[in-house]
Amino acid sequence: MIKAILIFNNHGKPRLSKFYEHYTEDTEQQIIRETFHLVSKRDENICNFLEGGLLIGGSDNKLIYRHYATLYFVFCVDSSESELGILDLIQVFVETLDKCFENVCELDLIFHVDKVHNILAEMVMGGMVLETNMSEIITQVEAQGKMEKSEAGIAGAPARAVSAVKNMNLPEMPKNINIGDISIKVPNLPSFK
Amino acid sequence: MALKIVKGSIDRMFDKNLQDLVRGIRNHKDDEAKYISTCIDEIKQELKQDNIAVKANAVCKLTYLQMLGYDVSWAAFNIVEVMSSSKFTYKRIGYLAASQCFHEGTDVIMLTTNQIRKDLSSPNQYDTGVALTGLSCFVTPDLARDLANDIMTLMSHTKPYIRKKAVLIMYKVFLKYPESLRPAFPRLKEKLEDPDPGVQSAAVNVICELARRNPKNYLSLAPLFFKLMTSSTNNWVLIKIIKLFGALTPLEPRLGKKLIEPLTNLIHSTSAMSLLYECVNTVIAVLISLSSGMPNHSASIQLCVQKLRILIEDSDQNLKYLGLLAMSKILKTHPKSVQSHKDLILQCLDDKDESIRLRALDLLYGMVSKKNLMEIVKKLMLHVDKAEGTTYRDELLTKIIDICSQSNFQYITNFEWYISILVELTRLEGTRHGHLIASQMLDVAIRVKAIRGFAVAQMATLLDNAHLLTGNTQRNGICEVLYAAAWICGEFSEHLEDPMQTLEAMLRPKVATLPGHIQAVYVQNAAKLFATVLRKHDGETESQAAQETSQLLIDRLPLFVQSANLEVQERASCILQLVKYIQKLQQKNVEVAEEVTALFAGELNPVAPKAQKKVPIPEGLDLDAWINEPPSESESEDEKPKAVFAKEEPKHSRSRHTEVDEKELARRREVRKQEQANNPFYIKASPSSQKVYDAPGVEHIPVVQIDLSVPLKVPGMPMSDQYLKLEVERRQKEKAERKKKEKKKKREKRGKERKADSGPESEEDITPAHQVDIVTEEMPENALPSDDDDKDPNDPHKALDIDLDNLLSGFSSRPLADSEKLPVRTHRPEALKSPAEDRDSESVPQETKKKSGKEKKKDKEKDRKRSKEEKKKKKKHKEVEEELLESQPEEAVQSEETKEAAAPPTSTSAEASDLDFWLSSAPVPPAAQEVTAPSSAAAAVDTSSAAAPESEPDEPKDTEPEDTKSSKHKKKKQKKEKEEKEKKKKKRHHHHHQHHSDAGGEDSVQNGTVEEEEPLPPMSNYSLLAENSYIKMMKEDADQVYDIQGNHQDESKVVVSVIFENKSDSFLKSMEFNVLDSLNSKLQRPEGAGAHDSLTVPFQLPPGVSNEARFVFSVQSIIMPQKLKGTLTFIVKSDESSTHEKLDFKLHFTCTSYLITTPCYSDAYAKLLESGDLKGSSLRLEGINMPFHHLLARICFHHHFSVVERIDSCASMYSRSIQGHHVCLLVKTSDQTVSIDAKCDEPSLLGNVLDEIKQTFSKC
Repeated sequence: MIKAILIFNNHGKPRLSKFYEHYTEDTEQQIIRETFHLVSKRDENICNFLEGGLLIGGSDNKLIYRHYATLYFVFCVDSSESELGILDLIQVFVETLDKCFENVCELDLIFHVDKVHNILAEMVMGGMVLETNMSEIITQVEAQGKMEKSEAGIAGAPARAVSAVKNMNLPEMPKNINIGDISIKVPNLPSFK
Repeated sequence: MALKIVKGSIDRMFDKNLQDLVRGIRNHKDDEAKYISTCIDEIKQELKQDNIAVKANAVCKLTYLQMLGYDVSWAAFNIVEVMSSSKFTYKRIGYLAASQCFHEGTDVIMLTTNQIRKDLSSPNQYDTGVALTGLSCFVTPDLARDLANDIMTLMSHTKPYIRKKAVLIMYKVFLKYPESLRPAFPRLKEKLEDPDPGVQSAAVNVICELARRNPKNYLSLAPLFFKLMTSSTNNWVLIKIIKLFGALTPLEPRLGKKLIEPLTNLIHSTSAMSLLYECVNTVIAVLISLSSGMPNHSASIQLCVQKLRILIEDSDQNLKYLGLLAMSKILKTHPKSVQSHKDLILQCLDDKDESIRLRALDLLYGMVSKKNLMEIVKKLMLHVDKAEGTTYRDELLTKIIDICSQSNFQYITNFEWYISILVELTRLEGTRHGHLIASQMLDVAIRVKAIRGFAVAQMATLLDNAHLLTGNTQRNGICEVLYAAAWICGEFSEHLEDPMQTLEAMLRPKVATLPGHIQAVYVQNAAKLFATVLRKHDGETESQAAQETSQLLIDRLPLFVQSANLEVQERASCILQLVKYIQKLQQKNVEVAEEVTALFAGELNPVAPKAQKKVPIPEGLDLDAWINEPPSESESEDEKPKAVFAKEEPKHSRSRHTEVDEKELARRREVRKQEQANNPFYIKASPSSQKVYDAPGVEHIPVVQIDLSVPLKVPGMPMSDQYLKLEVERRQKEKAERKKKEKKKKREKRGKERKADSGPESEEDITPAHQVDIVTEEMPENALPSDDDDKDPNDPHKALDIDLDNLLSGFSSRPLADSEKLPVRTHRPEALKSPAEDRDSESVPQETKKKSGKEKKKDKEKDRKRSKEEKKKKKKHKEVEEELLESQPEEAVQSEETKEAAAPPTSTSAEASDLDFWLSSAPVPPAAQEVTAPSSAAAAVDTSSAAAPESEPDEPKDTEPEDTKSSKHKKKKQKKEKEEKEKKKKKRHHHHHQHHSDAGGEDSVQNGTVEEEEPLPPMSNYSLLAENSYIKMMKEDADQVYDIQGNHQDESKVVVSVIFENKSDSFLKSMEFNVLDSLNSKLQRPEGAGAHDSLTVPFQLPPGVSNEARFVFSVQSIIMPQKLKGTLTFIVKSDESSTHEKLDFKLHFTCTSYLITTPCYSDAYAKLLESGDLKGSSLRLEGINMPFHHLLARICFHHHFSVVERIDSCASMYSRSIQGHHVCLLVKTSDQTVSIDAKCDEPSLLGNVLDEIKQTFSKC
């Protein structure tokens, strides 16, 4: 079982949090902080497994994470999951994001967290791995995207116009926000299969 | 300007969307909280509007705020509103928000039930999908109960996308609503063989999660998983299955044997590291479970260790970490294989990654032996010096102590060395583990009598140099050591060289800065030292020294009397008064030494940590009952005075028995000696160490001379190294001596061989440096052995410990009790007929009638037993109820037999034997086992009865409901099972000849209707192929038949497994298998090989060994049975000669072997028959004298059919050929005549199948 999936940046700002067990909002924030604390002090090039997240679960649980550019992807899993399998799953997740957002960067995750949730929902459901085949995931995500578009139809047009106008006028365009090396470079890892 | 106006008006319409919110928050970094609170106010306004789009937008923003830690539960109702929107876009937003913030305590959740049900049955698959995803996050017991049936229906949805989600969510449903497990399980099992890999993977996932918690209930699925493992190519699925097998093997060792080979193959063949790693892990688990029984797996262990070494040497830190992790598992059972890689592991201690260093440390723990302990600890001490950062250093420190103290100091040969290591460890700055070192010092000093002299000397030096330890404020943790030092010096002061000096050191003013509890020990032990000094000067008239000592105490103690710590103050003033009194006596020249010493006389023994728990409660004592009326004080404490001893440290627990007479002591020694003899953990250092007890005192223990010029004058100087050198020398010397002795012995040629175990390098050879007597820990008399820790009662998986075995027959006739049906909404017509329900409704009336009959009987039984004790009756009552529940399915078909007193065997016996059957068909066939190793065969029978899920023998008081059957019932079942097995064994021999074509895997039996009535006659799927004096070939072609892509035009492939068994005493090698191909059937040969080339069998056979090989045949037409002639050639190699031998055989492909057991629902079956595509044929069998269910079971087993429906003495059956032909049977029986009406779309295939069926029954 996967207990939680967290994405946060190098400063510990949460970009996505998905808990498959119920915690109060305060505990959730505490878990994110604790996890960030544990993960961020580790060097690159050391192993991606961590024992001893105190708040989630207990001794049976492990943190498995990967660090891409400015983002940490952390999966908290119990012993029924294969460690290397989960690492591959993270890779699949990031590659899928990369495909869906076209060169994904932290900003995509910041502004479209709902979309990231939807993609994740096609991979992991209720803490269990649902699908690991990237093309299958993308097919389903795109099919749902299409449905959304067709529903928006004419009614969606003004909304799109509005957001275009907003972007035109407002100074805080994403382009101007400097958050360093934002583009997540997806390294080519030996594929799982 | 104009643009701005337009923008403003549109803004009012659409307000902020999520992106605007995010942007806003980023722009208000300084006053984020304030900005968000205004946003929340806006959202509240938006939620009040009627426009669903606005609401959805608001909810979307709330989801984001929830991630930032804001409580949004106040909007729960609005979320439900958005969820129920008809538009997918909004619905998805609603479900996402719900999945993020709904939980069991959310009260609006109960409003969602109908909405979710509507979405689940929506024609749009994404509506259903989104609902399932959301539900998986917030499912509650109520939702699970109400929706279980709907979700179960979805498991058979036409879209794989929905099926896989429905399958996966069932796990969550089971967790919340355990009652749904039994009814849903057959279908879940069915999904393991779903054509869609995603669905299959989901089903594997769910069953693995279930089985991980309650593995024994899933043992009977092992054959199915085994098949999946050998056929699946999906690494995710493989990993899950292999992990599952890892959990199952401890329960069934024979499973392990069967697994080893395919797993080793996977290890060799896979390129995926994750799969390789899990395989290695499971092989380890298998080997652990086998470790007692099978000695011949050193090759597998070697393979695992080798592969792990490769992982550890890899540059990828992840692999290194996992390699070490797996290595530590091997270590527990096969320490020797790991120890050879000590170099590698020590190397990992230098790794820059702390996780890896910690793993390596764990490994070291198991690698030490008497031989290498000192060496390893020396390395660790070096690391302690180098280590930066206190956490890792503290970890090292605890590990050193763990390693040394493990299993009662088993590996320590020289305690002087250990004490000096401990002293060296006190140099660590800022360690938190002072108390750990202290307790080790105490432990060693108390339990190893021989070392006390040395320990006391060291401790005295420590006390003398206490300022070094306490001087630095950073070292606060370490001053705990002084606690131990002071106590040891006081308690064993007779060993002190100069007690006076130590006494002086303990009373220095600086001591007052130490923590209170340490001061208290100082004071108390100063008194002990005082007693020692007095005794030393006893007899000297007018002893100046004694009086000086008294004066010293009187001078220094007032400092402690002023202490703020109560304990210190009290002890100090008490002792001060005592000393003053003694001084007065001394001045009168009265002999006081004796009396003062008596204050502290007596021996102290360590008490086992669990001693308190194990004090048996005396008969009739109820600790919870009031002894007097509530207000008065409870006196129960008086009844267990030992309580005082156990909970506290030895220091506090000292009770001085000043008046223990010699007799009492002798008796105690005797008792203790016996205890030690029975205690496996007690180290008998050498036979002579026992004598220590007979000697009156400690003085007689031969203590090695300590060269005191070497050990510390200044504490903190490394000196433990010297022991290492000394030790090596000593061992060499001993070895030489021993050799001499042995030579002598040989010369004497005495018949008595006293040194039986003089292996060249055995551990036993290393004798401790001096006679070590480790005092065992004391236990109360009649200590209770109970030590089991119960599972967490809150574990949700406990409820899922449900026996599923009588369910496993696919969709068998009806294993579910009435009460177990899932709640169905009756006012709504069912969209899809589920097979389980179908069957439910059919047999319900029949069953209830019989149930009432049984109930009456049970009532009578109860009456009889009323005289029994109340407690028992209560339990019995429960059992009866359980039994009633369990046996309902049996009754449905069996009315007469229930009247007999004998409890009917449940299906589980059939199931269990089924599993047994599969397991025993492991590479070593049962017949062979009997020939070669009758004892092991017997053992296998034993274990099988023990391991069969339901028939665990004499499991004491199992509280799980499904196991609480009356023991009578159990015993009978067991007996029956045994009989059955014996029968089976006998029969197997015959069967080889009888059923030439018999086939049918375990599935087909499960598929039969057979279950409960009577134990089935055993059936075998082996047939003897050919045999000569050298080798026996047996064919098993049951479940290995499969087609490729179901392409009707192309040829199909059939896999035939052949077991080769070496019957001779010689080695068989270079086996080659060849078949004369026919036009229709061809042996598949590797590319490039000619049509007549033979295939090499990929193994050799040592004498008495058997192994299994598989051969693939391609078959074009399956409508006719085939016979292929073949030859096996091999070389028989004995010691002196090798000959070339040959064995001819005929491979018989029957038509039924092309049939695959395929379940079919009755509605689909009816459609198939109505379609009119099928051609009919019929068959009459006369004189069949067997129960109908046996008949069906036979057809199922031998001919791969499954029962679609059975009504009384009439049943419809179905099977499908590998090329997709449907074969339907209608079997009717009356008297001894059986008529079979059959339909199939290929008449000649049908004719052949019917012929074969006829043949099967003509044989019995």
